[in-house]
Amino acid sequence: MERVERVGVTGAVADVGARPTGLGELCPRRLSRPPWVRALGYFLFRWRRTFRSTLAGNFVYPVLYLAAIGVGLGGLVDHHLHGGATAAGLSGGSYLAFVTPGLLAGSVMQIALGESTYPVMGAIRWERSYETMLATPLEVTDVLLGHLAFVAVRVLTAAVVFVAVAAAFGALASPEAVLAVPVAVLVGAAFAAPLMAFSVTRERDLAFSTLQRLVIVPLFLFSGSFFPLRQLPGILQGLAEATPLYHGVALARTAMLGTPWRLADVGHAGYLVVLTAIGYVLARRTYRRRLAA
Amino acid sequence: MVRARRLRKQFGDFVAVGGIDLEIRRGEVFGFLGPNGAGKTSTMRMIACMSPATSGELEVRGRDPATDGPAIRAGIGLVPQEDALDAELSVLDNLLVYGRYFDLPRRVIRERAGQLLEFAQLADRAGAKVDALSGGMRRRLTIARALVAAPELVILDEPTTGLDPQARHLVWERLYRLKREGVTLILTTHYMDEAEQLCDRLVVMDRGRIVAEGPPRALVAEHVAREVLEVRVLPADEAAVVAALDRHGAGCDRLADRLCAYGDDGDALLAAVLATGVHPEGVLVRRASLEDVFLRLTGRRLVD
Ligand SMILES: Nc1ncnc2c1ncn2[C@@H]1O[C@H](COP(=O)(O)OP(=O)(O)O)[C@@H](O)[C@H]1O
Ligand SMILES: [Mg+2]
Repeated sequence: MERVERVGVTGAVADVGARPTGLGELCPRRLSRPPWVRALGYFLFRWRRTFRSTLAGNFVYPVLYLAAIGVGLGGLVDHHLHGGATAAGLSGGSYLAFVTPGLLAGSVMQIALGESTYPVMGAIRWERSYETMLATPLEVTDVLLGHLAFVAVRVLTAAVVFVAVAAAFGALASPEAVLAVPVAVLVGAAFAAPLMAFSVTRERDLAFSTLQRLVIVPLFLFSGSFFPLRQLPGILQGLAEATPLYHGVALARTAMLGTPWRLADVGHAGYLVVLTAIGYVLARRTYRRRLAA
Repeated sequence: MVRARRLRKQFGDFVAVGGIDLEIRRGEVFGFLGPNGAGKTSTMRMIACMSPATSGELEVRGRDPATDGPAIRAGIGLVPQEDALDAELSVLDNLLVYGRYFDLPRRVIRERAGQLLEFAQLADRAGAKVDALSGGMRRRLTIARALVAAPELVILDEPTTGLDPQARHLVWERLYRLKREGVTLILTTHYMDEAEQLCDRLVVMDRGRIVAEGPPRALVAEHVAREVLEVRVLPADEAAVVAALDRHGAGCDRLADRLCAYGDDGDALLAAVLATGVHPEGVLVRRASLEDVFLRLTGRRLVD
């Protein structure tokens, strides 16, 4: 007890010379980086450890799918088509060309799901990295935007690798196919923003696997990736056309097949932009409620 | 450094902090002593500008948290109640990543991280994964991390809860050093010895309210007395003992398993009890502490 008081009395004045922690010297500050970029920086830094395995996964996925479904199953489909691929509604002239944009959009959706569910929960409950950021000059919107930007970077990387692999498979018609990369980022953002808005409200991760099974898998199978929607009965066709992945697939297909851009493509892009914006606004609200209570 | 008037925090209808007044001065170590659920963490989060006040006035580092959160936080180091370290990153990387949130140049962060690892006695662990650290090391790393941006105010929410005595003393010793450098420290604890050891001034908090305020020794002097007599007697003898203590003019609290009586001379109190002819089953005369202040003011104990 006495010891404390002695320190208390002499403290602040006496020992300034010592400064074992170097505190008190102010740090020089440079031109400031936007706060959300600093949040993005954390997720990128953390990614370094698993970057190579992520890249390997981004490479293996299209190789397997394009080989099995595009080339393997596709060869069979092309062989049995009567009247040509186009007559069957398979734009692109071959099943491989048809299915490639569908696989890209589908894989981007799954990456967005993976990156905006469990990692959000982890950032709240496990590493508590959101809370750590919020004790610094970062605000809730910076944390949200930084994380969303990271998901976009993950999608971008995967899309670049995918397009390169697709080119090696001869699945792309023209150099214009690189436009599929920004399309993929848009699809990723359109899924990630609302998913993050949802994930941040969860106490446990149970809902995420349900989401995968009941929403993402059906979307993957029935959004025009593997067969033209006109194969579906009327009502289901309308339902499928209302889903975001359908619009992503359609947009990716225009980009990858090199077909002329149409008004419908503006509609597809608009749908995805609006979904991203709605998701972001919702996420801002749910993030604030959860993190700034 | 911190001024609050009628500061209040509600979660729905639940009042976590029920209108408190505070005045925390630059350079002092200010404590919040109270049991679990008293509202300490809620108060720390408001001061750290991480959680908006429901009502009342709050000023931190001369600014209003409602409008200047980022600027205020730029000068605050927070040690949260639960360590929020990234287990996938190394000890050093945890510091580097944190410094980037404050937009410090990498060179500056590296230099400071080196000094802080020395300070936290973790220099030989710089490359280790956080998973491999003991509880005490993690706590020191969290403290080091809070210091990366050279804050003038450091807020520590239960800095030593869950640590063994040796690890606690090491943390205390580091906190003294910060204090000597002129850093303002705010800490919460439910350990009365921690509050007595570290704090220049403190508030005793209970159920969202401040029930006492002052320097630790002054609080003890004001609310209790110099010494405490603890006696255990059979239930049948209790009334007689209480009556004897009353005649002696000593304040008295009944606990589940014993009586506590307060006076300047504990042995005299004991003599008064023995004079009744009762044979106590156990007796202890000791110096009064903040624990007794809490018991006197609330009728309950700090740590169950
Ligand atoms: N986010 C929250 N939502 C609802 N109740 C909360 C929340 N945070 C804290 N509380 C409640 O407020 C009270 C005070 O909590 P807290 O400030 O953590 O106290 P302490 O840190 O002193 O243990 C507790 O009863 C706790 O359950
Ligand atoms: Mg607490």
